[in-house]
Amino acid sequence: MDVRFWTFAMVGISFALYIGIAIWSRAGSTREFYVAGTGVSPLANGMATAADWMSAASFISMAGLISFMGYDGSVYLMGWTGGYVLLAMLLAPYLRRFGAYTVPDFVGERYYSQIARVVAVACAIFVSFTYVSGQMRGVGIVFSRFLEVEVSVGVLIGMAIVLFYAVLGGMKGITYTQVAQYCVLIFAYMVPAIFLAVTLSGTLVPQLGFGGADPASGVHLLDKLDGLHRELGFTPYTDGTKSTIDVFFITAALMVGTAGLPHVIIRFYTVPRVRDARISVGWALLFIAILYTTAPAVAVFARANLLDTVAGQPYAEMPEWFSKWEDTGLIAFDDRNGDGLIQYVGDPEANELTIDRDIMVLANPEISRLPNWVTGLVAAGGLAAALSTAAGLLLVISSAISHDLLKRTFRPGISQRGELIAARLSAVAGVGIAALLGIYPPAFVAQTVAFAFGLAASSFFPAIILGTFTRTMNREGAVAGMISGITLTAAYIFYFRFWNPAADTPENWWFGVSPEGIGTVGMLLNFAVALTVSRFTPSPPASVRELVERIRVPGGTGRNLR
Amino acid sequence: MTDAAAYWARNLRYLGVLLAIWFVVSYGCGILFADALNAVRIPGTGFKLGFWFAQQGSIYLFVALIFVYAWLMNRLDREFGVAEE
Repeated sequence: MDVRFWTFAMVGISFALYIGIAIWSRAGSTREFYVAGTGVSPLANGMATAADWMSAASFISMAGLISFMGYDGSVYLMGWTGGYVLLAMLLAPYLRRFGAYTVPDFVGERYYSQIARVVAVACAIFVSFTYVSGQMRGVGIVFSRFLEVEVSVGVLIGMAIVLFYAVLGGMKGITYTQVAQYCVLIFAYMVPAIFLAVTLSGTLVPQLGFGGADPASGVHLLDKLDGLHRELGFTPYTDGTKSTIDVFFITAALMVGTAGLPHVIIRFYTVPRVRDARISVGWALLFIAILYTTAPAVAVFARANLLDTVAGQPYAEMPEWFSKWEDTGLIAFDDRNGDGLIQYVGDPEANELTIDRDIMVLANPEISRLPNWVTGLVAAGGLAAALSTAAGLLLVISSAISHDLLKRTFRPGISQRGELIAARLSAVAGVGIAALLGIYPPAFVAQTVAFAFGLAASSFFPAIILGTFTRTMNREGAVAGMISGITLTAAYIFYFRFWNPAADTPENWWFGVSPEGIGTVGMLLNFAVALTVSRFTPSPPASVRELVERIRVPGGTGRNLR
Repeated sequence: MTDAAAYWARNLRYLGVLLAIWFVVSYGCGILFADALNAVRIPGTGFKLGFWFAQQGSIYLFVALIFVYAWLMNRLDREFGVAEE
């Protein structure tokens, strides 16, 4: 049976599963729609969070990125996991105790201000839309490469599925489909990784395998890669080219941004108790870590495989997958010196081969000659990763509109039934806009997704931390902090990436911090401005101080607390 | 000091210690001192220590830190009688 059959089978079965779950878990009230009735077990929520968090980028692109970046790829590995420590200790338990439906809900209540709430709504919608269009693009790419349908048809099929379970089930439907999607995606990621580990290092565990030695020669894989890189004129794999300060700031921006992303935060509103929120973050990171510790191993295996197969070899002897991926434009060979050999070297003048990073995961099963069903599985896994993240983001968008804008701001008298209808309608509208962005991607989307973290880091994170860890932070300080933090970050990114890209070099960056890392500076500015402004403006009312006291303690009977 | 203040002070102490470890394993071992640690290898493997912390070790420790935090806080909740049913 061929690859196409297996791909249709795997994708079809997984989609049928998601639809079945959606029908079983319909939402009947706003509480079920926004926070799944707060009845999700911490373990299930951990899995759902992992699927919510790991997007098309994590599944399809990350291993390839690391493969080309070597040590520099660590910014993604640490940045996209370390934020969960902050989330567990500084955010999740207190937000669960507060018991809101959305992130702007907390900001609006804690800072007793509709302006703060609306600023938060705008930030949440902006961050979520930039992110969701990237997911839709991922869906389209998987469909077009594996099933040979148009990108636009792929996007529409994907959207129809998300629409079905997000609109019908809200958070409840999304949560239980995400649990299923996590299982699909992690299985799809691990199977080829284990195959690779066995072939290249002779162990079953990829995490150990990439520190192991080639069974034939006895040379450690990482040493072999460093050696090959030196020979070909690339930076040694374990060294990296970014400056230490830039690595530091990018990692920090990604970590803090992760902890400030609304679609991740709201997942911890869905568990029954504060202690469930704490442990649930642990489960989430454990499930994420399975993929994130495997990715650098896949990166090393794929890099070694690639260099062995192509570097300095005759073009005429390339295996079948090479020409197949050449057709899709992901591999391009230009025989500049006409010797029929593939010069793959660090010097851009002499290099003849360009390789898209996505190929490292998508083509791995073929490069390693794995059975056809593995290829089908990888396609289903990529779709699971993209759809689960898209659904989580859509919920943030729909609840920001129906709950924060309608119910809390413009139409306080709206009935629960009316709010539920509004929530479903805004989910439909959100899906529609996301589909359009996926089919006609504006040029800036691919670049801005990475910056969503900087924007989240410089806006939400300080406002929420100061709202819990100080009693005296007031509305003036929080709003001034959020606005100055996000403005600085957005302006720096805009200047270097869109206004004056020619100046985007380390000599021109402030203190050598690249636009990817500027969110950290924006966050520090936010803290500084908020603390300064709050000194010179009226203190928050007594009711807010009591609110802060209340969310610091989990509750229960509290009989020993006075 | 009231019980609520004592509870909060203990929480902050746990946070201080755990976040210090968080900082040292990622920003310390994985970034600032990575080059120095790269002189050392994990015996029997090809891993240079700084590289390993950046791409593996820090992540394992992050997971462990959260479970330790959850355990400490649950114990603290019971001690102060604020654990939820």
